[in-house]
Amino acid sequence: MKSAHKTLLLNAVLLTGVIGLFGASLMWGETRVMFSHALADILAGRHSAGAIIIARLRLPRTLLAVMVGGMLGLSGAVLQGYLRNPLADPGILGVSGGAALGAVSVFYTGLMQVSIAALPLGGLTGALCAAAVLMGLVGRGGTLVLLLAGAALSSFAAALTALVLNLVPSPYASFEIMHWLMGSLTDRTFTHVWICLPGVVCGTLLMLSAGRALDALTLGEDVAESLGFRLHGLGGIQTRIVLGAALAVGSCVAVSGAIGFVGLVVPHLLRPLTGYQPSRLLVPSFLGGSLLLLLADMVVRLVAVGPELQLGVLTALLGAPVFFTRVIMLKRTVS
Amino acid sequence: MILLQARDVSLRRGDRAVVSAASLTLAKGRVIGLIGPNGAGKSTFMRLLAGLETPDCGDIQLLDRGMGQISPALRARQLAFIPQDGGAPPPMPVRALVALGRLPHGQADDHAARHPAVGHALDVTGLLDLCARPASHLSGGERARMNLARALATDTPVILADEPIAALDPAHALSMMRLFRQQAGQGKGIVIVLHDLVLATRFCDELVLMDDGAVIRHGPPTQVLDDDIMRTVYEVTVRRVENAVLPWTLCR
Repeated sequence: MKSAHKTLLLNAVLLTGVIGLFGASLMWGETRVMFSHALADILAGRHSAGAIIIARLRLPRTLLAVMVGGMLGLSGAVLQGYLRNPLADPGILGVSGGAALGAVSVFYTGLMQVSIAALPLGGLTGALCAAAVLMGLVGRGGTLVLLLAGAALSSFAAALTALVLNLVPSPYASFEIMHWLMGSLTDRTFTHVWICLPGVVCGTLLMLSAGRALDALTLGEDVAESLGFRLHGLGGIQTRIVLGAALAVGSCVAVSGAIGFVGLVVPHLLRPLTGYQPSRLLVPSFLGGSLLLLLADMVVRLVAVGPELQLGVLTALLGAPVFFTRVIMLKRTVS
Repeated sequence: MILLQARDVSLRRGDRAVVSAASLTLAKGRVIGLIGPNGAGKSTFMRLLAGLETPDCGDIQLLDRGMGQISPALRARQLAFIPQDGGAPPPMPVRALVALGRLPHGQADDHAARHPAVGHALDVTGLLDLCARPASHLSGGERARMNLARALATDTPVILADEPIAALDPAHALSMMRLFRQQAGQGKGIVIVLHDLVLATRFCDELVLMDDGAVIRHGPPTQVLDDDIMRTVYEVTVRRVENAVLPWTLCR
């Protein structure tokens, strides 16, 4: 089978999975709802309990699972391709840290009492500020500068977040902050979707525009440049990738909190199925990320273990064993 | 016909002149060997010739157009660059990596892999049997041929190769140099950075000798590599041998 057909088949399988889980996520939840009745109510414009639960609670939550999971998967694939390092993760840019700091500051100042949008907007502001600082720090520098700038920004944002946690006067507020930092899609509304959407759309377009350059970069920066790709400067590949990933991930973390391992594990697992070609990994990583987060969110909702499990905790619990398995397999290969 | 011409090209890094007023003229069908001791500025001069760096002063013309005026995409269709071997390639199939050479023509994936230029490049470099193998499983010699095949797949009039035979055994080095010579025979202009002076003398039409960033001599190999140059630039003495393939051997 031709490699393009293999990728197409992989995309079709993943897309089917996403559509299936999308439907399942709308149908099943904590409250039993007759889906067909609720759907009829929604279409007829009736505000029944079932219609409200599906249209105002489950639909935005499900859409966010698709967007956040997809963005984490896509950003992971793009950054791993650009840095030629399969262990790169969207978190290395430091933008997630900026979003967390922005959101935590909203908790600290009590602004979240003003509006439901205050928390995600605070996260978005933090992410955009971090992205601006990152772009300024990196400038025309290469991948090493990007990694160092991301590490510096990430550490600084983590230190400031810890400082806010340290200074927060109420133990309840610290609990809320800790809870938010673990990542979740619970109680998200369409306000969160609209806040997240522009960054997701712009970020996706910027990242997808770099696909061919990522292929060329597999043979090194000099080969990529000699094949006609401009890597640095305004409009260069690095700017598109860093800005795209920063916008997408920052917007998502602002509404969901930090959700780890999706950006790392999904491209890692799908790479062998795409012939190790970075451009072919992008769409499957988006779909795979969406699939994983939809699945994790359904598990979180449907498994009753007292207080609802936070999504970030579950993805980490699922993701870490994948790496343990990889380590064991690598050791076997080496010996 | 002149394909690539550099005139008095200079580049400084900090206080140090890495390339000083270097010139080179590459004509169609010619192989130029860029030689000189380590740190002479050969690789930087190659990067300038490839348009990957902009000189502080001087002028580089590619097919009669200033390098600065050519878009990266057009440059990529006229000049292929093979940098020094950067280590293990990714585990993509050899054909897919060679097909990346079609990217300057806007061709990618299976469309590029099916292009006749890719098949021809794999054929002349003897990689047809290995084209489905992951590139990470190739030996050093096969990797060198794959890099050349990727450059040939672009089908450019100019090829620049930076130490393409540096890590190869004599048989692979010889076969690579034959491939370059063969390509020149088909009308391409080729500049190769070389350390093997025996192969440089045997396969190049002209040698350009660099030392301390400057081109200190250029011309036919036997004229460039005289006893005096070997002693002053390479710090080795030469013993003349009668009736040998090369009329001299190196001794310290």
